[in-house]
Amino acid sequence: MSSLSDRRVRFDTASLLAAGVILCVVVALATTAFLPDRYVFNTPSLAIQFGFLAILGVRYSLGFAHNMAGDIALGIVSVTSAWLLIAVAHSYPGDATTGFWALVVALWLSFWLFVERLAAWSLPNPTLARLVNLAIPVLFGATFLILWELGVTGAGVPRVLLPAPSEIWIRLTTSVPTLWADFQQTFLKAVLIGYAIGCGSAFVVAILVDRVPFLRRGLLPIGNLVSALPIIGVAPIMVMWFGFDWPSKAAVVIIMTFFPMLVNTVSGLAETDAMQRDLMRTYASNYWQTLFKLRLPMAMPFIFNALKINSTLALIGAIVAEFFGTPIVGMGFRISTEVGRMNVDMVWAEIAVAALAGSLFYGFVALLERAVTFWHPSMRAKM
Amino acid sequence: MAETMERLLPRDGDGGTKMTNNVVEAKNLSLTFQTNDGPVHALSEIDLTIEEGDFVSFIGPSGCGKTTLLRVIADLEQPTGGSITVNGVSPHQARLNRAYGYVFQAAALYPWRTIAKNVALPLEIMGLPASEQQQRISKNLDLVNLSGFEKKYPWQLSGGMQQRASIARALAVEPDLLLMDEPFGALDEIVRDHLNEQLLQLWAKTNKTVVFVTHSIPEAVFLSSKIVVLCPRPGRIYDVIESNLPRDRSLDIRETSEFLEIAHRVREGLKAGHAYDD
Repeated sequence: MSSLSDRRVRFDTASLLAAGVILCVVVALATTAFLPDRYVFNTPSLAIQFGFLAILGVRYSLGFAHNMAGDIALGIVSVTSAWLLIAVAHSYPGDATTGFWALVVALWLSFWLFVERLAAWSLPNPTLARLVNLAIPVLFGATFLILWELGVTGAGVPRVLLPAPSEIWIRLTTSVPTLWADFQQTFLKAVLIGYAIGCGSAFVVAILVDRVPFLRRGLLPIGNLVSALPIIGVAPIMVMWFGFDWPSKAAVVIIMTFFPMLVNTVSGLAETDAMQRDLMRTYASNYWQTLFKLRLPMAMPFIFNALKINSTLALIGAIVAEFFGTPIVGMGFRISTEVGRMNVDMVWAEIAVAALAGSLFYGFVALLERAVTFWHPSMRAKM
Repeated sequence: MAETMERLLPRDGDGGTKMTNNVVEAKNLSLTFQTNDGPVHALSEIDLTIEEGDFVSFIGPSGCGKTTLLRVIADLEQPTGGSITVNGVSPHQARLNRAYGYVFQAAALYPWRTIAKNVALPLEIMGLPASEQQQRISKNLDLVNLSGFEKKYPWQLSGGMQQRASIARALAVEPDLLLMDEPFGALDEIVRDHLNEQLLQLWAKTNKTVVFVTHSIPEAVFLSSKIVVLCPRPGRIYDVIESNLPRDRSLDIRETSEFLEIAHRVREGLKAGHAYDD
């Protein structure tokens, strides 16, 4: 019995990944990398680099280097391999064959192994631990970009279908003034102003609706109706009402953000329980005191829920609204015109800016939420 | 029993001087809730006098109206018949005068406020100056042995400490009347005993009038100077027992024959009032 269990091989993800790296490098060395007949060892630096990677894989499989130094070596070799492979791939666009793809897979597996090892680190220093925690999603994103770059250049995908990240980056860095002007027009004007007015007015209306029962019965269904209006239909009407410039886009953003905020604030204000209300009653607290000292703090988790939802809705609304008439500036305008001119890299650059701005906006609201609703059970665990 | 009922009724003879000392006076008080299943007589023909400095316990099974009676005193429920005065005025006026402090079954502390800020809540509503608030916070937290926990949040404290903080919050109003609705019901017996002792000391120190709702016989007998036994369907007062135990008592008193005698009488009252029926 004991001999049987001793002979059982234990597979864990890390050793499987290491074995995968070795296998892929061996396959790559034996086959052609690029058309017509270029092998990996025709590019000595690449061969040496991936040789290192394979050696690290072998060492890992044999049980050596299961420590931080080994992991760091793996990381360094993986990153330099990626850099080399990308450089070589650009010399033979669209000519990649089996050997090259095997190297890509080896690279992917080695990054995976590195992240896998990194996630298992337990650091006593909290700052370092936080840094490593941050490095994991960054590495994840970087791996994705590297594979995208290698895939697109290796297979020679037409730029109109999908440009490589490097091309998007070049476009991004060379068109900063245009992108900044678009960002200003769409984000700093339409999105932020629309968001502030939409959320702010919905908040005030929610308090009115809560105070006056007939408004609740009258206004909530109308709010529901407005939120169901298709943005495609509303945007051109707003352009007719408020002109081509940003106010019409801000109006679309207001319409989109109003209802989530209204509904969430109204349900947040109803969140207090009978005992808390009785408590305020025993203090002979008036309406405003109860509102500010009990009901609004209780409503904050709901209000922040709406603010987070609206932070992404606002950006979508403003960009889409620009498809229906706009001055010659703005993120939505740029996307619609550059698509027509087949400048897909510019479209992607705008998308990247929008994604970054949207994420930062959302992150800012989430940080604010954490500061305000630190007391809520869902937040306490993160403290 | 006839004696005790007589004691409860207002004595017209010396009423002139006595009236001013009566913190709560209820006459023929009744409260009927209208529900979908017909009227529910939560309180019926309640005659009760609570004098200044009394520690009165309402004891009875669930549904006997003991909490409802306390809530009527606090103006959280409106009676449908009879009359009641608190400090000589209507409960509504007494509430606006902030005549009482109310301790609920749960601590009901606000999780976004520190312990000190929770105690400050009624003081902020009353609009007291900051220095006065500060002084009352430290004094009352000291009274419930919570000094040093000012900056903690409620969810960082144990259930017993939370309930003590809520008592400090009720005391901070500096009321002469303290209304407590099963304040220790959710706590374990060890903590409950400890808090009972502390509550007695507090009562002795401050000489407040306390009205205490409980369904524990030992708790009622240990704490009270007067025990009101209530019975359900309709909620009514069955017996009022004056306790002759010394004001200054410790937990050991629970083994004395006087204590057991009173506890026995409470139990008999509950039994005779069909409190143990299904």
